[in-house]
Amino acid sequence: MSETNGGVAENLPRPEIDADECKSCGRCVAACPRHCLKIEARLNRRGVSPAAYIGEGCIGCAICFYNCPEPYAIKVLKK
Amino acid sequence: MTEKKTLGMYDSFIRSGKETRATHYCAGCGHGIIHKLVTEAMVELGIQDRTVIINPIGCSVFGYYYWDCGNVGAAHGRAAAVATAINRAHKNACVISYQGDGDLAAIGFNHTFQAANRGEHIAVIFVNNAIYGMTGGQMAPTTLEGMKTKTSPFGRDPLTCGYPMHVCEVLNQLKAPVYIARVSVADTKRIMQARQSIRKALEIQRDAKGYAFVEVISPCPTNLGLDPIKTAQFCIDQMEKEYPVGVIRDLTATAEPRKPDAATPTCREYFENDESQAPAAEVDPSAKELRLKFAGFGGQGILSLGICVAEAARMEKRFTTWYPSYGPEQRGGSASCSVVISGTPVGSPAVDHPDVLVCMNQPSYERFLSEVNPGGTVIVDSTVPLNLPVPDGVKVVQMPAIDLSIKLGVPKAANTMMLAALMKLNVTGLKNENLLNALYASFKKKPALVEKNKELVKEAEQWIEDNLK
Repeated sequence: MSETNGGVAENLPRPEIDADECKSCGRCVAACPRHCLKIEARLNRRGVSPAAYIGEGCIGCAICFYNCPEPYAIKVLKK
Repeated sequence: MTEKKTLGMYDSFIRSGKETRATHYCAGCGHGIIHKLVTEAMVELGIQDRTVIINPIGCSVFGYYYWDCGNVGAAHGRAAAVATAINRAHKNACVISYQGDGDLAAIGFNHTFQAANRGEHIAVIFVNNAIYGMTGGQMAPTTLEGMKTKTSPFGRDPLTCGYPMHVCEVLNQLKAPVYIARVSVADTKRIMQARQSIRKALEIQRDAKGYAFVEVISPCPTNLGLDPIKTAQFCIDQMEKEYPVGVIRDLTATAEPRKPDAATPTCREYFENDESQAPAAEVDPSAKELRLKFAGFGGQGILSLGICVAEAARMEKRFTTWYPSYGPEQRGGSASCSVVISGTPVGSPAVDHPDVLVCMNQPSYERFLSEVNPGGTVIVDSTVPLNLPVPDGVKVVQMPAIDLSIKLGVPKAANTMMLAALMKLNVTGLKNENLLNALYASFKKKPALVEKNKELVKEAEQWIEDNLK
């Protein structure tokens, strides 16, 4: 898990994305008010391109979590 | 650090023997978003342990793999009926009926409407995606005008397919619902409104305040043939034109919590059954099975006469059946009943060949006379002409039951006259005392009639004494 979160400071808000559970619908990317999510070019185990955090900008609003139709693809960590 | 994560769902989902953490929904489907809102509210309101979700037929049929609470599957469209049963049997349960537009607005609409009208204590989550999802994109009642689907390839034409079904507005005509809202999960703002409404609907269940209905406009990218983002936009641009979002009714402030049920009488109290009058049957092989048929038209007391005889047999610890047969008419149609009295358990309550036949009108005489067993007795009212050949060994007796009862001023009591004839001719094998007690017991609620009937029986017996012996 969290393979795309490498290098993000531990104490900052951030989404944790389980890339293998992502179905690449793009709802989180479109909804993020800080535009800090992207669709990766690589394919996940499912064979689709998962969403990923660009590594900075997250304010912990959890909007991506509520827009995501999957129960376990995104969780958001914040203070 | 705090975590914002999914609550109230199983950690992993075991479907078809495989363990997964993903739902079975297509990418961009609204169901997953709504699932998360429902279970989040359920957990945060502290009602997870008493929540039962009714799983519908449709895409969300597999809810029980995901929702960590009680789950019950219902037949297509019957979720409201199942939810009704559960909330009545388990008053403390918070019942959620989660249904799609095919399940709720098509096959199950009457159930939905009636449950709403009864104000059942259920929260209904109605997922409206304007199409049949699971079956492959056919037109639904909620499909928009002009919208192309598998079964409306030229677009929905209201002339032949009707107009899109506005379920919230229809339910809003009813008195009972406490909360009705239409929300959407097409974008963040709308998802947050949906979150509020779903939470409200569950709060109403938590507080036992009544029926709550939340319609959720939900994107179906696969069957609309659009990508998830464009489908969400379609929900906003097209569906909301037809189905405006907002709270349509909210009576939570004034709705009263459910009161405890009024005390109900036991069956025995209700039927005023006296144990001493109905002892258990006892096996007595010496008592031959006797089959009786009572026939006439509805309103002559034919069925009551049969019950009287059956009751008397019960008092004598016989095995007894009473089996009525009548037409759709409340009064005036053909009516008959079959009574079997036996010393051993009765195999069939149907009487094809009676040993005793009582006929109160001509059609029943014509219909049943030829079926009477040899050695049997037929008692016919005197108004019936005896113009048919009588089977060998059958005794036919005429009794002026109708005329006598009219003469005595109680025209409804012709059946009592017939009972007197049964006693006097001694064809039932039952004690007269029991037949009379059964007759009097039938007037338990009208005691004045007991005395009157005592007189009538005496008169009838006197007539038989004078004329038949």
